Amino acid sequence: MKLETRHKIARFFQYFVLIAVGFIMIYPLLWMIGATFKSNAEIFSGIGFIPKNPTLEGYKLAVTQNYGGDINIWRAMLNTYSFVFPKVIFTVISSVIAAYGFSRFKFKGRDILFSIMISTLFLPQVVLNVPQYLMYNTFGWIDSPWYLPLWVPSLFATETYFVYQLVQFMRSIPHDLDEAAAIDGCGPVKTLYKIICPMLSPSLVACGLFQFMWSCNDFMGPLLYVSTPRKYPMSIFVKLSMDADNGFSWNRILALSLISIIPQLIVFFAAQDSFIDGIAAGSVKG
Amino acid sequence: MSAATATKASGRTPFKKWCDENVGLFFLIPWIIGFLVFKVYPFASSLFYSFTDMNFFKGIHQYGIMNYVEIFTDKATTTSLLITFKYAFITVPLKLVFALFIAYILNFKIKFVNLFRTIYYIPSILGGSVAIAVLWRALFRDDGVINTLLGYMGIQGPSWLADRSWALFIICLLRVWQFGSAMVLFLAALKGVSADLYEAATIDGASKTRQFFSITVPMITPVIFYNLVTQIAQAFQEFNGPYIITGGGPRNATTLVSLLVYNYAFKSNEMGMACALAWVMFVIVCILTVIAFASQKHWVYYAD
Repeated sequence: MKLETRHKIARFFQYFVLIAVGFIMIYPLLWMIGATFKSNAEIFSGIGFIPKNPTLEGYKLAVTQNYGGDINIWRAMLNTYSFVFPKVIFTVISSVIAAYGFSRFKFKGRDILFSIMISTLFLPQVVLNVPQYLMYNTFGWIDSPWYLPLWVPSLFATETYFVYQLVQFMRSIPHDLDEAAAIDGCGPVKTLYKIICPMLSPSLVACGLFQFMWSCNDFMGPLLYVSTPRKYPMSIFVKLSMDADNGFSWNRILALSLISIIPQLIVFFAAQDSFIDGIAAGSVKG
Repeated sequence: MSAATATKASGRTPFKKWCDENVGLFFLIPWIIGFLVFKVYPFASSLFYSFTDMNFFKGIHQYGIMNYVEIFTDKATTTSLLITFKYAFITVPLKLVFALFIAYILNFKIKFVNLFRTIYYIPSILGGSVAIAVLWRALFRDDGVINTLLGYMGIQGPSWLADRSWALFIICLLRVWQFGSAMVLFLAALKGVSADLYEAATIDGASKTRQFFSITVPMITPVIFYNLVTQIAQAFQEFNGPYIITGGGPRNATTLVSLLVYNYAFKSNEMGMACALAWVMFVIVCILTVIAFASQKHWVYYAD
């Protein structure tokens, strides 16, 4: 009896903490959604998220505003995806090829190369930024109309994190399958895309999804390599319009910000299990 | 003609033999090219530039350790390094403690566990975006939501982002808010702790708190370790938060090292100095990582 009461109290506290903390965590986002429908006068007048007099003013301004006719929200969005999609696809393809080489074959020097690959996980981007900038500058890639610096490196499996993750996943696929395929006359390339890739598809999807999120959020890349306003992606556009009239029309800025993350929210909700399993499975082992 | 026949007879030339033995290497060609061009070369030249006065427009006129001397004597850089340490030592522990705490609760047989997990995870997926940085500025404005809320409680909130002692903390908070991915890792690890251990402990009369510190924590130390190392590396590279929310201000109170590197390199075009500063940061992160790895044997428990 006494134990049961204690148990109930414990339960109550567990749910209480989860709900309270969860509410605090998510409230900023709810408030943001509400604020996009408020008038500027109302936004900072209280803490509630339900607008008293809902208005679409913020959205109207957000979708019509442009800077010198050069850039507006739609173009910025188009710009973003025009380098995000190639980047995601190339990252997945190049990473799976590299992971295949590392995990399925024995050859001289493989282990050394693998350790080198792992060590690049710890290599901060900040150290590479300046020389990369100078290098792209010699290539003539700065402000390239095709966003070359933002996606070309992904052709070469430069995102170590994904290579590492895919190696981990590939190791869990039994080698018998490759051997059976080899007996049936599959060459290594065919084995990769006929046998390994289908088995690995959940992990490939997870890698693609993470790369999608990170590339959409990427701010420093475009900041360094895109300087023509017409070519600005969403991340720079949002920052620009926040600076352009700071503190003046917050419903517009918040509406713009919200629109900029809606595609990511949709992708996340459509595939949240992939995300969470991807995180949990990839990196825990030692 | 005869050579070809001979080859056909033995099946393989030495070259072909070498190829067969090293098939794997062919799959690594793209990675090797990428590694050399986008990693090794920038890495090496960054080190080289750090010993020069490389300027984007003027080029190199001087070689030596003057950048490093300046980094450790100039107030702007030493303060920035200190602030970065402060940032990392506030953000990382808070984030990990929150992540572990919530994961621990979620690991009791909670209903709607997936819903809670999703809610806690959303900030992690969006937190890096400019949109959230904008939101942060709206929340912590002088008349923002936080201060309005404090006002209801009769507290006059500070102007968070203009106050030197608060601004850094607000930047930290943005990252602490994103504890979801660390939490997901903890949760996966907690599920792996065998129920037998808890049962045995309960029979021996160990309290829940005692069980947490004597069973749960030791069993998940590998994940704590992993989270610690990755979070430290991330914290030292923080750029978006200070750049977008405070611009490094007020009076450089949130100019973290990455931001200062950016300012040197792309605002004042002092690329040599930027490289040197990046290297100092890199070495610091390396030292911390090595310390973490060396300390592993004292506190990290690997079951297998």
